Order: sequence, then structure tokens, then C-alpha cells
Amino acid sequence: MLSIKGLEVKLEDEDKQILKGVDLEVPAGKVHAIMGPNGSGKSTLSYVLSGRDGYEVTAGSATMDGEDLLDMEPEERAAAGLFLAFQYPVEIPGVGNMTFLRTAVNSQRKARGEDEMSAADFLKFIRAKAKDLKIDADMLKRPVNVGFSGGEKKRNEILQMAMLEPKMCILDETDSGLDVDAMKLVSEGVNALRAEGRSFLVITHYQRLLDHIKPDVVHIMARGRIVKSGGPELALEVENNGYADILAELDA
Amino acid sequence: MSSPVNSPVPQQEGLISAQVRPASGAWLAKARTEAAARLTQMGLPKRRDEYWKWTRPDALIADQAAPASAFDYGDEQPVFHAVDRLKIVFVDGVFDAEASDDLSGEGLEIERLSDAAKADIHWASSLYGALETRGHNPVDRPLAAYNSAMATDGVLIRATGKVSRPVSVMYRHFSDTSDAILHHVVKVEEGASLTLLENGTAAARLSMVTEIDVADGASFHHVRAQGRDHGRHVLTHIFARLGRESVFKSFTMAVNGMLTRNECVIEILGDDAKAHVAGAALGDGADGEFLHDDTVFVTHDAVNCESRQVFKKVLKNGATGIFQGKILVKAGAQKTDGYQKSQSLLLDEDAQFLAKPELEIYADDVACSHGSTSGAIDEEALFYLRSRGVPERIATDLLVLAFLADTIEEIEDADIADDIVSRLEAWLERHRG
Repeated sequence: MLSIKGLEVKLEDEDKQILKGVDLEVPAGKVHAIMGPNGSGKSTLSYVLSGRDGYEVTAGSATMDGEDLLDMEPEERAAAGLFLAFQYPVEIPGVGNMTFLRTAVNSQRKARGEDEMSAADFLKFIRAKAKDLKIDADMLKRPVNVGFSGGEKKRNEILQMAMLEPKMCILDETDSGLDVDAMKLVSEGVNALRAEGRSFLVITHYQRLLDHIKPDVVHIMARGRIVKSGGPELALEVENNGYADILAELDA
Repeated sequence: MSSPVNSPVPQQEGLISAQVRPASGAWLAKARTEAAARLTQMGLPKRRDEYWKWTRPDALIADQAAPASAFDYGDEQPVFHAVDRLKIVFVDGVFDAEASDDLSGEGLEIERLSDAAKADIHWASSLYGALETRGHNPVDRPLAAYNSAMATDGVLIRATGKVSRPVSVMYRHFSDTSDAILHHVVKVEEGASLTLLENGTAAARLSMVTEIDVADGASFHHVRAQGRDHGRHVLTHIFARLGRESVFKSFTMAVNGMLTRNECVIEILGDDAKAHVAGAALGDGADGEFLHDDTVFVTHDAVNCESRQVFKKVLKNGATGIFQGKILVKAGAQKTDGYQKSQSLLLDEDAQFLAKPELEIYADDVACSHGSTSGAIDEEALFYLRSRGVPERIATDLLVLAFLADTIEEIEDADIADDIVSRLEAWLERHRG
């Protein structure tokens, strides 16, 4: 599904290398987690994959089902099935959540040459999805993320994911700012979307999210590279020992 | 702004009184003569006038209107077409009886100014030129006095009850050289309510004054769309006086227009009244020179009143937006809640926005503030939308509409608001890239 090879990325405005040769393969239907200390490049990876400005790819490639992601506009990547759940969802005053979602769903359908969803079908669809995530009608009417609590913002991200039905989902620190109950709700939302043709890349600092969203593979990212990969037990190891051992190995 | 007999605008002010349009009836003749005297005393706007610092009055006071061709709407339905309303039509500033509805309605009296001019006494005599006279504050507005002296026609509307059907004045423009001077008077009597809709550009050059008296407990809603004719030169003045517990809401949409200056002067004289005035202007210099000027003056002279000025401008390709707004809170106007917002969204580096927000407060228990900003599209929001699959141009339009949203909120009727939004969307779609 997602194939990243030797990806090197620097900041556009500064001479600062962030990613220094990332190699990562996420097969279809799998959940991969990336953990790592602050500043290791985890969020940068998610931004570069989704096409945010401000980064310059200096080497390597990233493809999704063989399509070159790096050559596409952000909206083209989305229409091709890539979704990033933001660590800090953006507030957009004046744009209603419903309008936003309907525009997004129909833009993607249009880009794929499909018919747009009718207003009635859309309403039915969003109501069902919102109910699962305990998102009430009021939250759908309000402007995108404006006045939402941390938990509401993250639930709104998962709602968007559920509505857009992407095949490759990247979750960037979706657990940050969530209390235990909210984390459970969000995780259930994610787990409900797990499917054969859908892959996840879960970026997190903490093992606790991975108790709820069980990964197939855990990667450790440090200093701009994937430095270690293993099963779910790797997350536990990090939780118990921190990153010190792994970083020490790198220095050795 | 020549008179219908094409006499040039008098450059020697002594000549002005001789130019007053004759009226057979006593009341209007008197009002016109007095207006001419005011104009003589004030003189025409001069280059050094602070109040005309950013918008040059030259084209407005030139002998003749600069030619402007009428926009061809093709088979596009005009704004408000779906609203059940009483239609009054002016063509190049001339009343069109054929196209207009019967000028009567429940709780409503409507008369043409040119008909009322024949009467010796008239209810409008206490308002015509009178609210304009009160409005020469804090500056003289000589072109409004000029209008009172020279207006060829207009409508006098009196609402005596709750009028459910909006009154809609449609201004059609055909002639490239038309030069219209219209003057309306609106009186909303105690406890009555009225909605006034206006659309169209009216003429190559238009001067329009609307005097509005909103009595105690009355409400007045106004929605205006100024038409798409690009070469136009338009100067409008609204002079409103508000009574106790009255409500005044006015919204104006302007897209295109070589020069549009909308002045709005509101005087709140009764306690617990509300005055909201809003405007959304969109200009693209690629259509030709674009200048849009909102000049607003709100006076609080009563207790516990609320005023809102919400003006937003979306500018690109060298378009210019101007806002001059002032709130005056007189001594004793306690518990005043006044807010003035003037913002521009500059879609490129060639557009410019000039703003002069002012507050002058003589009462000590008031909440008054203003916010004037100028900015670009929020890149974070743009990326967020694009990351969800919304193409950049559509995402930009969404953010522009979001920027304009709080002006739209000042439109009371949801269907009319939707209609206005659809026009804005269509304009944005035509002006992408």
C-alpha cells in the first residue's frame, strides 16, 4: 500500500535536514505504528506524505499503490485515498462542518469520476457515522473545529476519515490531548474502520494508544530514520525503558 | 450629476439656487430651495477635504457622467427573483410604470416623489432633506444636499403596519450615458415593520439619497445588491433616524464598480434601539479599475443601544477598498454597545485596503470597540481543506465565503441570505485564478 524508500527531506527555508533516509513499507490491511522521541521527524513524515508546503524532498520516493505521492497536489493525494488525521486540527471560522464535509466528499468523488452524493444521501450517511462517534447535530452545524474541545476535534478527525473512506490513514498523535474516555471513543472509531483494503500508520508518543489500536508492526523513528522495527512488544519495551537504549545503540 | 435638462453642475456656487428643480407643490419646492442653500454654504467637495482623502470626488462632480455600459446578465435570474415582493422599477433613473407593480399594499403607502411634488403638504416634508440636514456631521456631505436639491424622482414609502411583502426597488441601466439622481424617503411608523430590497446599478452615474425614519418599536430591514455594471460611478447616502426599541438592519453587496461610495449615517435617538449596518464588497482589478468606499457614521444619543458595523472586502489585482467608520457616543448615552469591524482579505499583493476607524466617546459606561484588519488567505486552513480533497480554488472560495460570513449574518431572511451567498459564490467562481 504505502512504500517509502530512502526519503530525505529538508526544510524549504532553512538548511535543516529532518528526514535522513526513511524506509517504510505498510502492506494493505495492516496497522503500523511509529514511535519515537520528540524531534525525530514523525510529524514531518506525515506532513510530507500529505503534501504540506514548507518541505523539500531531496532524495527518495513515496508511493501509494504504485502512484508517486510526492508528485501530487494535496487534494490529489486525498482523492487517491490518503488521509491524515491532524495532531492539531485547524479551526476554520465561517465554514460549517457539514458544508466542509460535503464539499470534501463530493470533491473526491468528482476527482475519481464518480457521481456526487445527493444532499439527502449525504445527510443519512453523516448522521450514521456521527452517531457512532457520539458527535451530535450541533457539532455538525458549527464551524469546523471552532470552539471544539480537544476530544471533539479528534473525534471530528475520525468522522472525516469515516466519511472519506480512505485506503491509507495516517494518524498523527491522535491521542494527544485526549482523556481516557475520549481515547477509547476515538480508538473504537478507528478500529471500526479497520478493513482488508485499508492500512493505518499510527504515529504516537505513547504505548497506551496502541493498547486500543493494536498494531501489526511497531517502528521506532529517531534522528530522521526508522531505526528499529518489531512486533507490538517493541512498544511495551519503549514504554518501560524509554528511548535511551535505542539511541545508545545508534551512537555505538 | 446633471439635471434632466442637462444643465451642467454649477461650478460657481452662486448659481446653484437657480438650478433647483422646480416643484409645483409648496413642500418640495421649499425643501429643494433649502437644500440648495445648504449646498451653496458648504460648497462642493474639494481635494483637500479629509473626508475625500482616498476617494476622489472628481468623477462624481464632473459635468457629465463618464460613459458606462450596462452589464449583460444574459438569462441569469436577477437577485431576489424568487422573493414574493412588491416591485418598483426605475430605468436609467426614470420610473417605469409598466414594469412596476401597483404601488399599494397592506399597511403600506407608496408614492413617487414626482407625484408627491404636486402636493402642497405631505407627510414626507418632515423628512425630505431633514435627515440629510442632520447628517452633516461630523463632516459636511455636500453631494447629499445636492441630491436633495436636484433629485428627479424617487419613492416615498410609509409603513403603517407590519408589512409582510418586501418592497423591492429594481434599478435597470441601459443607456451608456445615463446620469440618475434619485431620492427616497422611508417612514416606518410606530410598531410597524418593513423590508426594502434594492438591486441593480441604475445608471452610468448614480446619486442616491435614502432618508429613513424608524419610529419607536418599528423595524426596518434593508438588503441591497448594487449590480455588476463595471464602469459605473455610484454615490449613495443613507440617513437613518432610530426611535426607542427600534431595529435597523442594512446589508449591501457590491461586486464590480469603478467607483462605489456608500455613506451610511445613523442617528440613534431612542433607548434600547439596535442599528446594524453591514457590507460585503468583492473587487477584481482585472475587470477594470475598482474602488469601493464605505463611509459610516453612527451616533449614539440614547441609553442601552446596540450598533454594529460589519464591513468586509475581498480584493485582488489592484482593487482598492476603503473604510471610513466612526462611532460617536454622546454624553448620557450610557450602556452603549457599539462595535465596528472593517476587514479586508487581500488575495494578492497588488490589492489595497485603506481604513480609518474612529471612536469618539463622551459617556463613561459603554462597551465600544473596533477591529480593522487586512490579511491574506489562511495557509493552514487552506492546507487542511486540500488535505481532505478539496481542490485549491474551491478551498479558497470556501475561505473567502467564510470571511464574508458575518456580514451575511446581518441579513434577517434566510432565503434572501442564501440568494446573496449564491451570487457571491458565482462571482468567486468567475474570478478564480
